[in-house]
Amino acid sequence: MPEPEPYPEPRAVDPQPAMDAITPGDGGAMTLATGDARSLGEGPLPGGPGSAKSRSLWSDAWHDLRRNPVFLISALVIVFLVLIAIRPGLIASGNPLQCDLAKAQEGSQPGHPFGFDTQGCDVYTRTVHGARASIAVGICATAGATLLGSVLGGLAGFFGGWWDALLSRIADIFFGIPIILGGLVFLSVVTSGSVWPVVGFIVLLGWPQISRIARGSVVTAKQNDYVQAARALGAGNRRMLLRHIAPNAVAPVIVVATIALGTYIALEATLSFVGVGLKPPTVSWGIDISNASVQIRNAPHMLLWPAGALSITVLAFIMLGDAVRDALDPKLR
Amino acid sequence: MGRYVIRRLLQMIPVFIGSTFLIFFMVYALGDPVAALFGDKAPDPATAARIRKDLYLDEPLWKQYLHYMGQILTGDFGTAFNGQKVTELMASAFPVTLRLTIVALLFEIVVGIVLGVLSGLRRGRSLDTSVLLITLIVVSIPTFVSGYVLQFLIGVKWGVVTPAVSPYAPFGELILPGVVLALTSLAYVTRLTRTTIAENSRADYIRTAVAKGLPRHRLVTRHLLRNSLIPVVTFIGTDVGALMGGAIVTERIFNIHGVGYQLYQGILRQNSPTVVGFVTILVIVFLLANLLVDLLYAVLDPRIRYA
Repeated sequence: MPEPEPYPEPRAVDPQPAMDAITPGDGGAMTLATGDARSLGEGPLPGGPGSAKSRSLWSDAWHDLRRNPVFLISALVIVFLVLIAIRPGLIASGNPLQCDLAKAQEGSQPGHPFGFDTQGCDVYTRTVHGARASIAVGICATAGATLLGSVLGGLAGFFGGWWDALLSRIADIFFGIPIILGGLVFLSVVTSGSVWPVVGFIVLLGWPQISRIARGSVVTAKQNDYVQAARALGAGNRRMLLRHIAPNAVAPVIVVATIALGTYIALEATLSFVGVGLKPPTVSWGIDISNASVQIRNAPHMLLWPAGALSITVLAFIMLGDAVRDALDPKLR
Repeated sequence: MGRYVIRRLLQMIPVFIGSTFLIFFMVYALGDPVAALFGDKAPDPATAARIRKDLYLDEPLWKQYLHYMGQILTGDFGTAFNGQKVTELMASAFPVTLRLTIVALLFEIVVGIVLGVLSGLRRGRSLDTSVLLITLIVVSIPTFVSGYVLQFLIGVKWGVVTPAVSPYAPFGELILPGVVLALTSLAYVTRLTRTTIAENSRADYIRTAVAKGLPRHRLVTRHLLRNSLIPVVTFIGTDVGALMGGAIVTERIFNIHGVGYQLYQGILRQNSPTVVGFVTILVIVFLLANLLVDLLYAVLDPRIRYA
């Protein structure tokens, strides 16, 4: 939909003074200038010495987050997990693939706090090393799905028309396939046991969810007065999207993506558990839990340690998402 | 109303074709069903070619797909490679999974909505905080972990229920698996109900109802709940398909011979007709459940009308 532009785009003019020129001295101009769409009609936020000055959504959210114990605890856990994912040797010096059959299924003993699994591998070392695969899949899949979903969904919301309709139908198609089932079918033909096929699959089935959110928030942001004003001043599509719409539409996407990270980690473990996700020699909690499940009556410790680590990881990311949502969406408070 | 249903059914057709073609493509184009027939042995080229011709596999993929869909419309889902009719497998598997899904749905609806209403009405109190915390923990424990742990504790250690389910899977034996299957969704239903109840309980019409002196249970059931249920119903509707598809994990833990079990076997043995047939039915169930949800909106909120 190329629009005729009779006047050249006023490139030299910064958008902020331009806005002030439209509504000089108006209280609304301040909110518009800070780009805080959500604080419209919310009134000044109470408390804090900085509330006299108008804060942007982001600094306001950061202000809340720093005081939220849920955020602090989950962020601490996540920093720790990422650290051991990068350098598992920091707290577990052993080799996760070095096993001693003579010690199979033995319980906890000095130097081996979590005991041994059926192959005689040290459960503690394997649990620590298992963090890498989970974190890698979680972060890569979330990054991929968010990038793809927000670009496709954002463009659909901005331009509308046939592209929007087409994209919605494509998203519907992917929604129609139950995710574990799709994983079984899609990944059972893949022989590689590395993280990339799993990441690719999660991105493939995960982007429609993000794109729906991104489309919705772009459609909402598009109707704001300051966007109309920017259009009236002759801003091009590129400038509108990048400078005016994206900063105001990105919050819901970030919230959904953070929560999705936790669920993607759980999904990877489930796929590995069923036998189509990661495969040995990749060390993964899902594989270890699957192997241990056969022996749960004799040696429950083999299942409980990796299962606990997995649950804590997922919990930390979901808690983080919850805290971020509370900070970015003051309506729910 | 009738016209709305017809329009929605027509809109489903492209989604149905897209989903089934995607699955069809994955099974038939990415895998090789004929090679799978021979197991680990290399197939004799002449025999393989003959089988390909018999099974319509020497045609281009879109023709195979049309042929397959044409047969499905006449009720012929083909034959699994072990000679059993796929419809026979379905007749034995779907009732089992349906029972499991019903148990899970009932549990999720009743417990989830009750907990959600209770905590939503007491926002910020200790009950609310503990419900929020518990649901957060439940969401983060994957089904296969909670499944094995509950099976071990309740089934094996305390002996309250039988840990494995018999082939006919009566309702009584499906209670524990149903609860396991429902746990994650239960947490979502609880949180969703809590949020909408808490939001609506500050609405003007509730204040009016309180001022009128309505008894509390009538206030909650007729005014608050009815206005808060739409997002919850939406979630439950999309969850029906997810539950039936996600039953793969639960059915494996409790050795239930339902849809998940048959699908898992089908995928392991690359038994393509079974896989595509079962998935097609699941996609239809998912789409119909979504349509049902849209129609339920009008029942819950008479302001919504379908033209």
